[in-house]
Amino acid sequence: MTEQSQTDTVPASESRSATAEAPRTRIARGRFSDGNQRQILGLLAVLGILIAVGSFTTDNFFEVSNLVLLLSQASIIGVLSIGMTFVIISGGIDLSVGAIIALASVWATTGATQEFGLWGMLFTAVVVAGVCGLINGVLIAYGGLVSLIVTIAGLASYRGMATLISGGQPQVVRVDGFGAIATTEFLGIPLLVYMFATTVVLGWLLLNRTTFGRHVFAVGGNAEAARLAGIDVRRTRTIVFVLSGLCCAIAAIMLTARTATGASTHGNLYELDAIAAVILGGTLLSGGRGTLIGSILGVVVFTTVNNIFVLNNLSTPIQQIAKGVIIVIAVLLQRRANKESAG
Amino acid sequence: MSTTLLQMRGIVKTFPGVRALDGVDLEVRTGEVHCLLGQNGAGKSTLIKVLAGAQRPDEGTIEWCGDKVSLRGPAAAMKLGIATIYQELDLVDGLSVAENIFLGHEPTTVGFARRTEMRGNARRLLERLGHGEIDPAQEVGELSSASKQLVSMARALSLDARLIVMDEPSAVLAHDEISGLFRVIEELTRQGIAIVYISHRLDEIREIGDRITVLKDGRTVAEDLPAASTATDRVVSLMTGRSMVSAFPERKSGSAPENQNELLRVADLSRTGEFEDISFTVRGGEIVGIAGLVGSGRSEILQTVYGARKPRTGEVELEGKRLPPGNVRAAVRAGMGLAPEERKSQALVPYESIAHNVSLAALGRYARLGWVNRPGEQAAAEEVTTALRLQPSDTKQPVRVLSGGNQQKAVVARWLLTDCRVLLLDEPTRGVDVGAKAEIYALVRELADSGVGVLLVSSEIPEVLGLSDRVLVLREGRIVRESPADEIDEAEVLDLFIEGSAA
Ligand SMILES: Nc1ncnc2c1ncn2[C@@H]1O[C@H](COP(=O)(O)OP(=O)(O)OP(=O)(O)O)[C@@H](O)[C@H]1O
Ligand SMILES: [Mg+2]
Repeated sequence: MTEQSQTDTVPASESRSATAEAPRTRIARGRFSDGNQRQILGLLAVLGILIAVGSFTTDNFFEVSNLVLLLSQASIIGVLSIGMTFVIISGGIDLSVGAIIALASVWATTGATQEFGLWGMLFTAVVVAGVCGLINGVLIAYGGLVSLIVTIAGLASYRGMATLISGGQPQVVRVDGFGAIATTEFLGIPLLVYMFATTVVLGWLLLNRTTFGRHVFAVGGNAEAARLAGIDVRRTRTIVFVLSGLCCAIAAIMLTARTATGASTHGNLYELDAIAAVILGGTLLSGGRGTLIGSILGVVVFTTVNNIFVLNNLSTPIQQIAKGVIIVIAVLLQRRANKESAG
Repeated sequence: MSTTLLQMRGIVKTFPGVRALDGVDLEVRTGEVHCLLGQNGAGKSTLIKVLAGAQRPDEGTIEWCGDKVSLRGPAAAMKLGIATIYQELDLVDGLSVAENIFLGHEPTTVGFARRTEMRGNARRLLERLGHGEIDPAQEVGELSSASKQLVSMARALSLDARLIVMDEPSAVLAHDEISGLFRVIEELTRQGIAIVYISHRLDEIREIGDRITVLKDGRTVAEDLPAASTATDRVVSLMTGRSMVSAFPERKSGSAPENQNELLRVADLSRTGEFEDISFTVRGGEIVGIAGLVGSGRSEILQTVYGARKPRTGEVELEGKRLPPGNVRAAVRAGMGLAPEERKSQALVPYESIAHNVSLAALGRYARLGWVNRPGEQAAAEEVTTALRLQPSDTKQPVRVLSGGNQQKAVVARWLLTDCRVLLLDEPTRGVDVGAKAEIYALVRELADSGVGVLLVSSEIPEVLGLSDRVLVLREGRIVRESPADEIDEAEVLDLFIEGSAA
């Protein structure tokens, strides 16, 4: 707040003329969602620049096959980032998502599970990942532990379990229907993308149109106020982690289908990609504020960067450096946007 | 009588979409108590943020001791000798009293704070304020609001301030603490320090103030009014543009509340070190007020009744059903609501909009199967915020940018929306201007008339006596008197408070 004045770049004369006719009444531009909208516009601008770069530096960026590839690459982290958005808005963090993916994919592809066929495998993935999320949530909400610690513990132990179950060996998917998840297309667009889109829509509705979504914002913004308003803070926190777990289940199914294997190495470091996308999308790490659309755009931006680098045959280290730079710039922009609208 | 210390002219400050200050003049002289008055949202806090260097004005000039200055930041203002005690106290809870007082200008040796010296100096400053009992080594988070304020004041003294700005200091203080504050202010002005004093309590202005400046809608509408002799009506009409409204609504005639059945029964409630053997009842349609000093356990009682704290003994019954102790959700489900004392830490979700904050506790009413009926919610929020004249009227604004008094209105509005049977109000009008207070009183009375039982806590004794049907006087955690509100007066309540400290 105290430095606000230094970054205030609007010249005095200009801001005066803007409000001269209607002093002290709101002008159209000053809407509540201003901060969020600005964030999203910023991301769209970044995306526009990336697309321009992509189309100039490569010949095949705009080929349908490339765009479809891009979207299906974005799908897995995209689904994860939806659960992560809920968790971060509620004031927590979930570092165990990559490990949950590994455990769910391994458990769903053991010889015994595969006996039950496609639905048995899907069911197993959902239950395993959901229970992992539930364990996280209960420890955090009812055990009063810090989410960072609990999910770091989860990160280690869920992946450990995955290694134990699989004996460290990749397990090949033999059920035909399962592999089809990755190969089926409608209207030229892979099923994976539809799964992603459905999760986005459901997540958006849950966050923005239900009492539960409202409670998530309230708990993250001021947990004590939420408690005194009669909101079940602990239940809200628990559900948020279960949601993150369920998103891991979907991601695990997608990844397992795409690779046709269940492996304890699946999803390694995915948590960082998901968190980076959420933060890039403008969700505050301290909780209470954020948008799902921002997170999705964050994922798309990162995926586009990867895509352009791959098309240009640039090495992974350079990709990683670029990612780091983008994160820092985005967070700097975010801080500025916050200051401009702060008191 | 004295020389001009500060002269602000034509100060303009705009926020995205709002012109908070629109040409304000303020002149402050050495050794005076200069009162800054205005309705909620008039721009008082914004003006003093400009003066503190925390906000840069878009236009206008500031002269300090006759020299034109530009305040590039809080440090620049402090260096000139301008210290500010903000409306929302801004101490660091995790640091000690001494560390807070010297935060940013610690006595150091090659970068290491000289802690013993710091504590000694802190003690001397607190003694100068007449409060040597505050331990410089204590953590600030453990202090009462009054003590925190004294720490802020000690901080101002440590900066060798020549002007101390106090933004609604009395809002968080009890009756006796306010007299303490006034003694401190008198002492400071005798030393030639000027005070800018903001308050919504006009009687205080009359008692302590020298001159008044009135702000309205971001403009100075009156300057240089003598505080002691300007009629209250005149001040109110300058502030509001309306003439004074009668503050308290009529009580329902006759003995209507007695006919109603008991809604809330509290029996033998105790919490170690806070209160003992509290028993009382609230009937439907009745407003029961609790008068007590800060620290008498009044807020703790409310919170315990509500289930936010667990009692050692005793029970709470709502409409004949016993509530499980220490369970807020059960209390809310049974039909209880609490508007808490601390709006910032206990009530508001800063990034959420006014509408979402107001509907938070009543969301279930505007939802079916968890699906929020947003138009219904929006309409209800708008209705109640309009009734309270909450500014800005656009309920999509985040609650964080509201002025202090408007934030308070949002807290009260939240509970007016719920269909609770018993409403607990802890300092419902803290920081609210005279006009809006009357609106709140009227709405609370209306609620009671519709059969709701209200339990009210307030530091302002006239408010307790004027709004309630029945009054409980609390001293050191015990009820020492229960009386119909019209059979007891302020002097008697004060006597009951003091008897305790004499005994
Ligand atoms: N950071 C901000 N962004 C947008 N509007 C703001 C900001 N800070 C203040 N305002 C607006 O400026 C106006 C003046 O606010 P200010 O806090 O100065 O009022 P005040 O006179 O101190 O009122 P109160 O008596 O309620 O404390 C209000 O309408 C408020 O909503
Ligand atoms: Mg204010």
